[in-house]
Amino acid sequence: MRYGYYPGCSLERSAAAYHQSAMAVVQTLGIDLVEIDDWNCCGATEYFSINLLPAYALVARNLALAQDQGISNQLVAPCSACFLNLTKTDRYMMESSKLAADVNEALAAGGLHYTPGTVRVRHLLEVIVNDVGYDAVAARVSKPLTGLRVAAYYGCLIVRPGYGGIFDDPEHPTALDKLMRVLGAEVVDFPLRAQCCGGHMTQISQEVAFEMIRRLLKNAADYEADVIVTVCPMCQLNLDAYQPNVNQFFGTDYTIPVLYFTQLMGLAFGASPIELGIGKEFVDARPALDKIGVALPLTEAPRRPERPKEALPMPRMEEE
Amino acid sequence: MTATAIAARAPTFLEEVIARTPGESHLERCIQCGTCGGSCPSGADMEHTPRGLFALINAGLRELVLRSNAPWYCVSCYYCTVRCPQQIHITDVMYTLKRMAIDEGYYTESTARDAPEFSKTFIDFVESNGRSFELGLATAYHLRHRPLNAVGMVPMAVGMLRRGRMDLVPTRIKGIKQLQAILKRAKELGGAK
Ligand code: SF4
Ligand code: SF4
Repeated sequence: MRYGYYPGCSLERSAAAYHQSAMAVVQTLGIDLVEIDDWNCCGATEYFSINLLPAYALVARNLALAQDQGISNQLVAPCSACFLNLTKTDRYMMESSKLAADVNEALAAGGLHYTPGTVRVRHLLEVIVNDVGYDAVAARVSKPLTGLRVAAYYGCLIVRPGYGGIFDDPEHPTALDKLMRVLGAEVVDFPLRAQCCGGHMTQISQEVAFEMIRRLLKNAADYEADVIVTVCPMCQLNLDAYQPNVNQFFGTDYTIPVLYFTQLMGLAFGASPIELGIGKEFVDARPALDKIGVALPLTEAPRRPERPKEALPMPRMEEE
Repeated sequence: MTATAIAARAPTFLEEVIARTPGESHLERCIQCGTCGGSCPSGADMEHTPRGLFALINAGLRELVLRSNAPWYCVSCYYCTVRCPQQIHITDVMYTLKRMAIDEGYYTESTARDAPEFSKTFIDFVESNGRSFELGLATAYHLRHRPLNAVGMVPMAVGMLRRGRMDLVPTRIKGIKQLQAILKRAKELGGAK
């Protein structure tokens, strides 16, 4: 099975572990993901807030490249925000001939053209559960995640609003739960599974963002999850990297590691944590890994971000 | 009323919002049921719920709407959109209100006035490189607009760098000139639905 691959900006760096583990897993499953050459940022939620037509044109350049490079008529996006923007642009260009004409006039300035509906954009999770299937995944499991309590976190954009077609229930999705069970994990109830992580709200209002993150952490902790598993780099970043800030802000003490679903798949397939990029989290994943008998070698020292003593010439202030 | 009379009057605020939202937003169908506000994860912090905003739009209270922090506190989670019994494209309308608030300068009076600056800083990096750039974004935006927060975020930024999760320099795509030509043309074409 061969697909075009649109990693998105996060997977280049902040979520490199997602890319790395996805590559390891798809190789095991016999899927070929071929990166489209010279793709650009999807604009996240920012571009649509400022200027509409350039926002669509920005996204459409990627669709045009995918169409022209002829890798496949299917394009896989592992990031839920990229997935949303790509499917939304394709859908709205199909629905509005005026938008399609304007976007194509803009693309023409760069010698490109996109025919709406020619590239089918899909999220990595959906490809794995539908094209590969649970049985084929189960057949690859050599080290089941027995005893690991997993909160399966979908976030919002993979299930809503369904611009690329409805793949799972928009409020009560189950695909990731089933996948985790196939890996041998124990899936806990997690009522907030499809609530938003806050996206870029951390940059706009920390109070609002931290409350959204706190609720999710509390929900996972209430159901005694050992780990939260995500399908999106933004969800991982918010729940993991901001977890110390949230604790500081609310005086809480959550220590719930947040891993990508591909990392848990890789572990169940017998890959080593290092191959899967595990160890780059802010919140130590080792207690969770211990439960399934996986040892993570101590490579990077202190887990807790300390106050930097060097670097970044900035005024020093008391922590909030 | 004759068709000419309708065409002759200035569009209402509601009609403007609908005209600036892509596709069929169905905003005129709102029955004020409140499902949207009740579903919204950041609703408690909004000065107006989506339902409240739509009532104000219907009443033509332009300034109040465009000064509200509500659209900026919308995280685009599409919860309201999938739940709305009238199939109103609420999230898209929130985006429209953000663009109108910027165009008309009202956002500077909103309690969320930094939000558009964040969006603009983000876009600047995308327009010059074709990719987003987290470190540049964190420093440029926070130092310019939120110096106090910047200090609070230093441990996290350092943590990201130490884990190899943040680049020191931006990545630039090969076709940056091509992308810039496309965006320039798109801006000239402007107001597409
Ligand atoms: S859910 Fe829909 S119909 Fe109900 S108040 Fe909100 S926008 Fe109006
Ligand atoms: S899309 Fe925006 S307005 Fe709608 S529920 Fe989500 S945050 Fe609230």
